[in-house]
Amino acid sequence: MAPGTSADPVAGLVGFTAALRAAGVRADRAKDFVEAVGHLDVGRREDVYWAGRATLCDEPDDIPVYDRVFAHWFVPERGDDARVRTTSAHQISVAPLDVDDPGDGQQEGDGDVVTAVASTIEQLRHRDVAELAPDERARLNALLAGLDARGPVRRSRRRYASARGEIDITRTVREQLRRGGEPGPLRRRTRRDRPRRVVLLIDVSGSMEPYADSLLRLAHRAVVAAPRTTEVFTLGTRLTRVTPAMRHHDPDLVLAEAGSMVPDWSGGTRLGEVLRAFVDRWGQRGVVRGAVVVVASDGWERGGAELLGEQMARLRRLAHAVVWANPHRGKPGYAPVQGGIIAALPHLDGMVDGHSLAAFAELLEVVRDA
Amino acid sequence: MIGPSSVVDLRSRLGEVGYLADDGLATVTHLAMAMQRPLLLEGEPGTGKTALAEALAESFDLPLIRLQCYEGIDASQALYDWDFTRQILHLRALEATGEAVETSVVEQSLFDERFLMARPILRALRESPAVLLVDEIDRADDEFEAFLLEVLSTYQVSIPELGTVRAGQPPIVVLTSNRTRDLHDALRRRCLYHWLEHPGPERETAIVRARLPQVSATLTERVVGITQRLRPEGVLMKPPGVAETLDWVRALHELGRTDIDLESASATIGALCKYREDTDRVRALLPELVGG
Repeated sequence: MAPGTSADPVAGLVGFTAALRAAGVRADRAKDFVEAVGHLDVGRREDVYWAGRATLCDEPDDIPVYDRVFAHWFVPERGDDARVRTTSAHQISVAPLDVDDPGDGQQEGDGDVVTAVASTIEQLRHRDVAELAPDERARLNALLAGLDARGPVRRSRRRYASARGEIDITRTVREQLRRGGEPGPLRRRTRRDRPRRVVLLIDVSGSMEPYADSLLRLAHRAVVAAPRTTEVFTLGTRLTRVTPAMRHHDPDLVLAEAGSMVPDWSGGTRLGEVLRAFVDRWGQRGVVRGAVVVVASDGWERGGAELLGEQMARLRRLAHAVVWANPHRGKPGYAPVQGGIIAALPHLDGMVDGHSLAAFAELLEVVRDA
Repeated sequence: MIGPSSVVDLRSRLGEVGYLADDGLATVTHLAMAMQRPLLLEGEPGTGKTALAEALAESFDLPLIRLQCYEGIDASQALYDWDFTRQILHLRALEATGEAVETSVVEQSLFDERFLMARPILRALRESPAVLLVDEIDRADDEFEAFLLEVLSTYQVSIPELGTVRAGQPPIVVLTSNRTRDLHDALRRRCLYHWLEHPGPERETAIVRARLPQVSATLTERVVGITQRLRPEGVLMKPPGVAETLDWVRALHELGRTDIDLESASATIGALCKYREDTDRVRALLPELVGG
């Protein structure tokens, strides 16, 4: 089969879904897409567009990518003809991130080596992530994968059948009814623990560059531990939702993908404005309600600190708890003097370090207990 | 089967009941009906997600059955429940007559149709053709979503005491979500997806004209002009939806205005802004927005 030849429309459509997948949209419903086109006019570019958008896109973030691939694939030719392009799918560019192989093979051997490794690990725990050599960083990444990333819980509103707890009148009566009105055992119900949502906002601006990689790996751990209740966003000159990219199991792939999704990697920060975009677009709608929000940033604010303070106040009103992780906090001589931090401080439930493995472990603990 | 013959036809039918769908929405809705798939609508509040279900019901003259989701909703609230109180009363009544009745008859009579409380989904399956609106599905729990998926895949449910209820013809299902959480992939795969944007100035003017034909054309156009300018990201905490535009136009019309001026705009600002911060911001912008 030669995908992308206009002679066979189905091959063209399937080829388009492959191109879409290559560009990062999940697009795994080629059959539905073909069926949808069948209900419309395959010769009309617009019809093909809407059939694909309805069946292949899953969320608004997919739509700009979809539009781009669509424009590339279905080149308008002679008016409104959905002629299929013959070039193959263009590849996504993977942002270069230094990901080294973890130094395997060292653990085997006699007891001395094991002890030596254990003590390096202990040292590594408290080392500043920014100052690690590549091989140390690789080892740190392996250690990160071992952190306990279980999220916080809350009591559910709904009551579930249980052996203890309050009496469940409905079920007791139902049970007795089943026995023809004869008394039966009392049924009980109780509330269960449900996972509480966690929202991670990770600053990826230039000043945070040495930490962004580790913080995103940490975020990946949290997403893998609780995929349905964790959301991850990056903050820079703009806001990017990277949660979908975090769903792979391999952290290296995740980092590569996140790197290609975030357009403002290592750019500037406009924390206040980006936070406002976040609260407007996501917070108010419910993502933040009842959630534990973590802002991982050094608080370097180029815009006005006043706006940042205002947005942190809004965030605080919406969230269950707001925790700030600051990579510079754990360093000697640190004082919270940056404008951003001062503006944010009154609205925080907690402030933790964010520079070392030990600090990350503490952060996870604070989030869990929030 | 109930269904429009074409996208153009669907669009004009919706237009007749005052719902002005753009090309994309009309095409996707047409597809959902032709493929007998649920339609999953997402978008900012006030872009007409719920209104589409209402308009579909009205234009095809079908009953609209609405299931509002909330945290903790379960099958007995969505599907059916037995009326225990009446069942017990019935049992007592049987006892009181003192006649010897066969047990199996008593049992059967307890799970009679008249003690069944049909909830929205069961009603939709029974009364179909109908429009089933599952509103704010993102508020329900994962378990409920899984249950819903099952119903939406087969359009049938089984009630142990009564048997299986199957929809003769699948209802037109519209799901709305505000994206407060991610939906299960399985549910998304079952649905056709559409992201609704706020309408552009022309379409919004047309919507207001269709809904409020008694209002002066100048007033409509000016108000739409202002709401359009307030909508881009970053201007307001809660950008006004079409519903707010309609409210504002209506409020100004009630005050007897045929055009907008500073005084009336300031007096009716509550129809547009729902936060103190937004009210302040719009007040400050009003002289420029209203112009003069």
